Amino acid sequence: MMDISDLVKSISLFKPETTLIVTFLLAMMFDMAIKKSKNIAGYIAIAGLVIAGFFLFQQTGANYKAFASLLVVDSFGQFLKFIILMSSLIIIIFSFFSDELHNAHTKLGEYYTLIIGMTFGMFLLVGSANLIMIYVAIETMSISSYVLAGYTKEVKRASEASLKYVIFGAISSGIMIYGISMLFGLTGSLNLFEINQFLAANKVATLPLLLSGLMILSGFGYKISAVPFHFWTPDVYEGAPVTITAYLSVASKAAGFAVLLRFFKTGLLDSIPGTSEAWQLLGNIDWHYVIAVLAVLTMTLGNLVALWQTNMKRLLAYSSIAHAGYLMMAVSVMNDNGVSAVLIYFFFYMLMNLGAFFVVQLVANKLNSEDIEEYNGLGYRSPVLAVCMTVFLISLTGLPPTSGFIGKLYVFSSVINSGYIWLAIVGVLNSVVSLYYYVKIIRNMYLRDVESTKSKLVFSPITIAIVLMLAIPSLLFGVYFTPIVEWANYSMNIFVGN
Amino acid sequence: MLGTMNFPILTWITFLPILGILIILLVPSGKDDKGQELSKIIIRWVAVGITFMQLILAVIIYLNYNPAMAGVNDLKTFQFVEKLSWITATLPMVGNINIEYFMGIDGISVPMILLTAIICFVAVFPSFGIKKAVKGYFAMYLLLDLGMMGVFCALDFFLFYLFWELMLLPMYFLIGVWGGPRKEYAAIKFFIYTLVGSVFMLLVMIGLYHSTGSFNLLEMMNAANFRGDSIFGGINTTIRYVAFMGLFIGFAIKVPLFPFHTWLPDAHVEAPTPISVILAGVLLKMGAYGMIRIAFPIFPDAFGYFQTLIAWLGMISIVYGAFCALGQHKVGKRDFKKLIAYSSVSHMGLVILGLASMRPEGTVGAIFQMFNHGIITAMLFMIVGVIYDRAHTRGLDDFGGLAKKMPIYTGIMAVAFFAAIGLPGMSGFISEVLVFLGSFKSYPVLTIISGLSIILGAAYMLWALQKIFFGVIPEKWQGPWDPTKLIYKTDDVNGLEMVALIPLAIIVIFLGVYPNPILNLMTGSVNHFIEIMRPFVYIGGM
Repeated sequence: MMDISDLVKSISLFKPETTLIVTFLLAMMFDMAIKKSKNIAGYIAIAGLVIAGFFLFQQTGANYKAFASLLVVDSFGQFLKFIILMSSLIIIIFSFFSDELHNAHTKLGEYYTLIIGMTFGMFLLVGSANLIMIYVAIETMSISSYVLAGYTKEVKRASEASLKYVIFGAISSGIMIYGISMLFGLTGSLNLFEINQFLAANKVATLPLLLSGLMILSGFGYKISAVPFHFWTPDVYEGAPVTITAYLSVASKAAGFAVLLRFFKTGLLDSIPGTSEAWQLLGNIDWHYVIAVLAVLTMTLGNLVALWQTNMKRLLAYSSIAHAGYLMMAVSVMNDNGVSAVLIYFFFYMLMNLGAFFVVQLVANKLNSEDIEEYNGLGYRSPVLAVCMTVFLISLTGLPPTSGFIGKLYVFSSVINSGYIWLAIVGVLNSVVSLYYYVKIIRNMYLRDVESTKSKLVFSPITIAIVLMLAIPSLLFGVYFTPIVEWANYSMNIFVGN
Repeated sequence: MLGTMNFPILTWITFLPILGILIILLVPSGKDDKGQELSKIIIRWVAVGITFMQLILAVIIYLNYNPAMAGVNDLKTFQFVEKLSWITATLPMVGNINIEYFMGIDGISVPMILLTAIICFVAVFPSFGIKKAVKGYFAMYLLLDLGMMGVFCALDFFLFYLFWELMLLPMYFLIGVWGGPRKEYAAIKFFIYTLVGSVFMLLVMIGLYHSTGSFNLLEMMNAANFRGDSIFGGINTTIRYVAFMGLFIGFAIKVPLFPFHTWLPDAHVEAPTPISVILAGVLLKMGAYGMIRIAFPIFPDAFGYFQTLIAWLGMISIVYGAFCALGQHKVGKRDFKKLIAYSSVSHMGLVILGLASMRPEGTVGAIFQMFNHGIITAMLFMIVGVIYDRAHTRGLDDFGGLAKKMPIYTGIMAVAFFAAIGLPGMSGFISEVLVFLGSFKSYPVLTIISGLSIILGAAYMLWALQKIFFGVIPEKWQGPWDPTKLIYKTDDVNGLEMVALIPLAIIVIFLGVYPNPILNLMTGSVNHFIEIMRPFVYIGGM
């Protein structure tokens, strides 16, 4: 099966991942060697990520089943890998400015190394086309993230977060692997392509297929924090360091959505010609409906619970659950338009969500609190930061002229185009609900404590510049989004290998 | 003509406020008290300058506008058109996405642009009373101005939606930061209500895009552009009815039409005077404008289906609003501002009734009523603002005998009051008569019931007039408003307030005597509009 030419080609397409492994090792070594610099591992990590990005860029246009169909290299994966790469880069930069991390530790070597490890796991997950590979990739990223979530180990709630994360993670992995074993039993293969061929050629009992599918879904659902696998999210997001919370809310979800989409398209697509409008899935199960119901539950629960939150991290945690729900709406239509909507949304979501978390981090640095009441009068105490935060929040709500609106526009567009009007209505009503809690923050910043007499908050120019670098694109892409749309459309074809 | 010259006048009039915002943000705050005061003065006059330039541009548009060209659904007869490709991307499944920067005006939008320019200019003067966060206030004010102007110029649905939503945030801040005691509640209520409306509009917009492959409003008005198998293809389908209702509710919330009006009294009562002026003067008009520009001509069949319901809603708004306004004399806080807010509901109901009649005179009357209501209500809110600034109360029962204390003020006020009642010789009269003339032919019974509102209107207005301006001055207002003479040198209206009020009073009287300058603008377009609608709707007497 595995001949030499395949191996050679596979290794050449594995360059980004290889770079990450090398970076992982180098970062560790340099951290031990150079004692003086606190962030040396971080600088190495940035360099490694940039090089990995370069190799990733070289793969443009590649469609290949690498390592005997264990991993797939395609433009869909490339897009999401870029999202993961960019978030990792941004998070490492955020970490340089995190008092929370720097106060707790004299050196942050392991921290940066673990981020690289997690990035590696996510890269694998995005490309996996084999159930065992999916499992291994999920575990690789999870183990790093468990440690990272409890990285400030003196903080009680961080340890609690980490432990909860491990327990929930273990349970959902367990369920998932059980589902995998059932699917293996049904089809006799772990490879998604072979599973697909088997299902196309043979009739399989519906109930076991549904059960195994749902069980595997629980593993993915855990990563994207979809209801009812979301229980860990608020506690972990609240307890973990802000940087890690932000990271989990973007990169980890990107990987989760990648594998979710790939699983359906590669494993269950009925590849009879002439079915390009919507994916015809094998088996007698209406997966559209399953995902749509999960999407509705996810966004509704996320939004409704977020209404009551007073801790910023917790609020953004529930908001990220809601966003997972919007994204799942686009997944539920199960066609290439939906994929393109997911990609477009993800890019904008990355900008605005990371931006909002960075503002939370900066404010927590100064005020030592994440309470929403602490934001009273922020608009007058730190005008630039508050304006940027307003942009992020408006974008998260999905109001024009911000990029979040464009993301929502494409998601709703794909949903309506497939005829799920009811789903679109639930979706827009959810955005109205979300307005209330996002605006609550804006209210505190501007409507409370007007012309605050409290001391001005001064942030270093470089942090303000970072915030602006996220806020300005959030606005600009709201009025000119052609490049992102073109890129996403170029990347929306998931390679199914024929 | 300017329209044929390569001067993008609509872009200028819409985006001038951006220039103002930039200047305002760059004005330094000033170190000491004196510097701060100077900076505030500069900011205020920048706002005056920008809105005045807008007004001049609006007048230039008015003078160069050719009423013989109809517009509505015909690109060739739109004027001052600007059409640029804005966003083009290839979508394999749905064809190319193509959003245009497409602006142009016809007889329906010109009066609205004129109104917006006038109201935004005069409302700057009462804004001089804003003391806190002046920079933020005027930046938001100009942003709001931009959004409103853009809505009336846009002919691409995407662009329209962008401007429509752009107004929400500034309005939220303007009510929420500079408003009254319950400002937070009023601001978020306004925000959520309007957002509910606009998200439905968003869904319909997406559906229309998938049906026609374009965001161009004019192409959406042509049934031939709808693909047969698309979601809004065909005629008289349930989904078209639902979509029409989605759009209609979105716009009705803004009008506001009964039963979607409950945000309005709160927003008006809490908003600062100039923002009430803009809210009543321009913002409410957008709802009705959206119906004429988008909802009705794109879904004429659905409009025909719901026509009677819409006429009923118009009638209920008219009567209900009038009763609520009357009720302000007896119940609640007896708030003068709330009274005017409810009278707005009543008067805007008249616009809807006129539109629902689909008679040319009724529709012309409705658009003219939009213009007149904008001017008259702006005056009324400024008049309330004048006494509120001095007495810090708006209670109808707290005043009396102000005619003696403030004679000029009482004179101006009388113009506004009588115009609001619809006294002949005032502009409000003309538009009310036109609306009733039209609606009587289509809906005689509803018109007769609505006619009741004239009596109710006279009752609540005259009662307010009597309570506030005649009778005996209460003990506490016997002396001058401002004994120190620092802010108010005399008891009567000051120069700044007159600058805002007198031009409006002149417009009201002038158009009451000679309404043709505005009526002529729109008759051509309205006739064409009726022609488009005629196959689908019930038009009484035709």
